[in-house]
Amino acid sequence: MAVILSEEQLMLRESAQTFLADQSPVTRMRELRDAFDDTGYTPEIWKQMADLGWLGILLSEDHGGSDMGVADLGVVLWECGKVLAPEPLVSALLLGANAVRLSGNQTLQKDLLPAVAEGDRIVALALEETARFHPYNVATTFSGGAISGTKIHVLDGHVADQIVVVARTAGNAGDREGLALYLVDADAKGVSITRNRRMDGRNAATVEFDGVEVGADRLLGDADLLDQVIDQATVGLASEMLGTAEEAFERTLQYLKDREQFGEKIGTFQALRHRAAEMFSELEFARSIVRDALSALDEGRADAAVCVSAAKAQASKASRLIGAEAVQMHGGTGMTDEEEIGLFFKRLKAAELSLGDETYHQRRFATLQGY
Amino acid sequence: MADLEAFKEEVRAVLAERLPEELRKGNRSDLPHDLLGKWIVEMGDRGWITPDWPTEYGGGGLDREHTAALKAELKKAKAPIVSSFGVSMLGPTLLEYGTEEQKKEFLPQISKNTVRWCQGFSEPGSGSDLASLQCRAEKEGDEYVITGQKIWTTGADRADWIFCLVRTDFDAPKHEGISFILFPMHQEGVKVAPLTLIDGSAHFSQVFFDGARAKVSNVVGPLNGGWTVAKRLLQHERSTDGSSDGGIGGAAKESITDFVKRQVGLENGELADPTIRERLAAHEIDKRALSLTMRRAVEEARAGQRARDIGSLGKFRWANMVKNEQDIAVDSSGSQGLGWEGPGYEDAQIERTKKWLITRADSIWGGTNEIQKNVIAKRVLGIPE
Repeated sequence: MAVILSEEQLMLRESAQTFLADQSPVTRMRELRDAFDDTGYTPEIWKQMADLGWLGILLSEDHGGSDMGVADLGVVLWECGKVLAPEPLVSALLLGANAVRLSGNQTLQKDLLPAVAEGDRIVALALEETARFHPYNVATTFSGGAISGTKIHVLDGHVADQIVVVARTAGNAGDREGLALYLVDADAKGVSITRNRRMDGRNAATVEFDGVEVGADRLLGDADLLDQVIDQATVGLASEMLGTAEEAFERTLQYLKDREQFGEKIGTFQALRHRAAEMFSELEFARSIVRDALSALDEGRADAAVCVSAAKAQASKASRLIGAEAVQMHGGTGMTDEEEIGLFFKRLKAAELSLGDETYHQRRFATLQGY
Repeated sequence: MADLEAFKEEVRAVLAERLPEELRKGNRSDLPHDLLGKWIVEMGDRGWITPDWPTEYGGGGLDREHTAALKAELKKAKAPIVSSFGVSMLGPTLLEYGTEEQKKEFLPQISKNTVRWCQGFSEPGSGSDLASLQCRAEKEGDEYVITGQKIWTTGADRADWIFCLVRTDFDAPKHEGISFILFPMHQEGVKVAPLTLIDGSAHFSQVFFDGARAKVSNVVGPLNGGWTVAKRLLQHERSTDGSSDGGIGGAAKESITDFVKRQVGLENGELADPTIRERLAAHEIDKRALSLTMRRAVEEARAGQRARDIGSLGKFRWANMVKNEQDIAVDSSGSQGLGWEGPGYEDAQIERTKKWLITRADSIWGGTNEIQKNVIAKRVLGIPE
């Protein structure tokens, strides 16, 4: 059980910090948001991330990766979260390609994963159909060799080359039984993708499948695979959001030390000092519990799912508090688009509501614990 | 130092042979007295009460790894926790500040648990502003004569000795005239009056000094330098938090999850009250995060990685956590959570209600939550005052 970073992870963190400080200031995210170009991220940076080995962290050496763990990717995601990097790391690596990596389909792995590691292929996951997250709320059908249904909130679906679709072969929406994951080409006949522009500057898509024909050789797995993918992505997302929360907290702390009102630094006011201490404690709690969940996944601990839900619940709680307080403590400045703290606030909210919010994960935690 | 695995084996073997089944209940207050007494003697003889202290002072002479391994094995066996003011607070302070004579006289007694200590810090007029304390010590030959009053003195009615903050310089600024001194409780000039608390218990006392005497040689650390010693001691106090369940009175007999399940009932495998269910889950998650954070504080310090002192969070988050547990317990019982004594109420319900009351103290003693947050803002986050 690792709650601290290993020597290798400290080095990985340092190299990520150096690269991102050089290549990815927060202004880059703002420019991309305002330009609203076709991708919403910087393809050259994505390629550099591939060169740094980030895109292959989880992949085996056979597939062009380095066979490291989710905890290692978590270190990178944390740093990317700090600078609001818009690249599709969680969506393409942990949701999309990971479903292929964790499947038993060796042909598709061989065909796809090396290109993922190179940064040449984006794979998205089309799962959600209801606004309030629940992974089994799937009505999309697979029948007679074709998929039909509508998916929402497909993260970075607008740039996907391929899409992992969660469909139902039996049962009703809400059932865990009867789910199946298929890999579909984004340009296959019957697939239509509508880009959705989110408040945080990131993109999702609504994807319709209208009798899209899929061969049996495109099957990746069932609900067991889905659970595994979602758990890993959830903690990856939690890592990224805590990077964002950490930076929002540090900036707010600095603001308390700099900003003057009534002839004093506002950080001298006890009302703010105590709240800063609260924010700090929530952040550190989240950091500990997310690290534990990352290592639980890498070690394949029996209670990994419990750790994951505990981690996302706490990360969401911390993010909610820190985001809200960051804006409040920045006062009027925090309300402007010009001040970057608002970008952090929006990103935190988006992460909080993605892959299950605090309440969702509290309930899941309770269920897993037998109450 | 013995090989770690071999050492663990040895500890397990001793526990299997020597630790009676009746004592394997962890942090509980209702263990059979005779058996517990014998076990404590045995622990003391092995140096296990203070495993990381040097053997010359009655400790176990173990390094950090072996100490951690011993504690883990004791915890696994649910051995009773032998903790005292001597073990967790005075001892480490004496190891750091005590003279050789003081160490030789007092540490072995603590290691064997033969002398009971109490802490004389707070006064009626000096709570959060502890340094304003007024209890006086005036020199008379090779003794100090002590006059004043202490309050919130845990176990004063059973204590043999007290470690006490007294004012030895009446003209100096408030932090600079305080000394840390040791003296016996059983003497003329010391009177103890129990203090009944909000839950009806009387674990705390008020202590009155009217001409009590302390040897000059029993000042710990520099004369008038007691504030520094006390601050260090309070760090030991705070570092002991975050590990024990249940708060000031110890863990309840029944786990919070089992208790709430009985109070609320399950429907289709879920607690019948969805709000209580979410609150319980939130509490259990918080408890995990706290314990992982305290572990991380230790591991990061060991690896030299620590950026900010996250140990400082422990006290106030721990206090909130133990209070929240009792809030959930009492709320889950509804009007059955309002009992003071039977009949009409389960023992477990009354236990929770009393704990709900007494754990209010956890965010007050040892530095209130507000004081903890002041300290974090100033010392950890470095926000200028």
